[in-house]
Amino acid sequence: MMAATALAIARVRNLFAVAVLGGLYSFMMATVLVVLDAVDVAMTEAAVGAGISTVLLLGTLYLTRSEEAAPRRRAVLPLVVALITGGLLAYGTLGLPEFGSPDSVIHHHVVPRYLEQGPQETGVPNVVTAVLASYRGYDTLGETTVIFTAGVGVLALLRRRRRDSDEEGRR
Amino acid sequence: MRGHMVLRVIAKLLIPFVMLFALYVQFHGDLGPGGGFQAGVIVAAAVIFYALIFGLQATKRMVPEWLVETMVAAGVLLYAGVGMAGIALGGNYLDYFVLARDPVAGQHLGIFLVELGVFITVSGVMLAIFYTFAGRGRGPRSGP
Repeated sequence: MMAATALAIARVRNLFAVAVLGGLYSFMMATVLVVLDAVDVAMTEAAVGAGISTVLLLGTLYLTRSEEAAPRRRAVLPLVVALITGGLLAYGTLGLPEFGSPDSVIHHHVVPRYLEQGPQETGVPNVVTAVLASYRGYDTLGETTVIFTAGVGVLALLRRRRRDSDEEGRR
Repeated sequence: MRGHMVLRVIAKLLIPFVMLFALYVQFHGDLGPGGGFQAGVIVAAAVIFYALIFGLQATKRMVPEWLVETMVAAGVLLYAGVGMAGIALGGNYLDYFVLARDPVAGQHLGIFLVELGVFITVSGVMLAIFYTFAGRGRGPRSGP
């Protein structure tokens, strides 16, 4: 079903339909993430992917035209590049350890210590929160700064343009 | 959307529960899944939902623009401030053990404050982006 939605997104020329299909795709992705026991990520995906970004896309469509421009020539080279990249990535997954295998490398570095010492050291039963906020506090600070930068960037770009247009309107 | 009775009633019914769920995700993050990012996004989604149904002007009266823009910076400042407090109390940067007498309680406090910072920034940024996008095209040059 997700593949069908992705194909539909690529085929449909009406951008309104594409935005709605994107929301649909996000909801299915959230379901997959719930099945994979990643409820945090599923919540984020449902709220951001299906909710906020769909609204933002629709808001953008309100400002632009809602039909995709037809491509001028057939896209053979991009198709070849995409196929090669996808093939290489699929080939790369063959070298990964088996899904959920306890012997894989990432489960032997700091994970045992976090899992064993985490509840005593932080008193927080949820290991994800303990790792995110305490052990990897710097990384989370960085992530927050990234979000902050994104917000400031949007404000800086779009607000100034609005003020310019106000001035033009006054002239 | 003045005439859509069903949408307006359903929205009024749902939004308080969405907000409550966001608070639950925020403050229960220590025990269950969730945390600042998820809660911030859920709150922002609830406010955007309100804006879709009741209009941008009503939403800006409820959550004014200056508040949103302050939140964008305040969250990061809170997060970094917790780190600085760790230094001031004799620990390393982002060291929560020194925040309270008991190290575990300090961890609790630190994680709580840091998650709160993430929550404030995330919801602020999401709303700021939404406001700037939704507010465009309504100026003097609007129209097709």
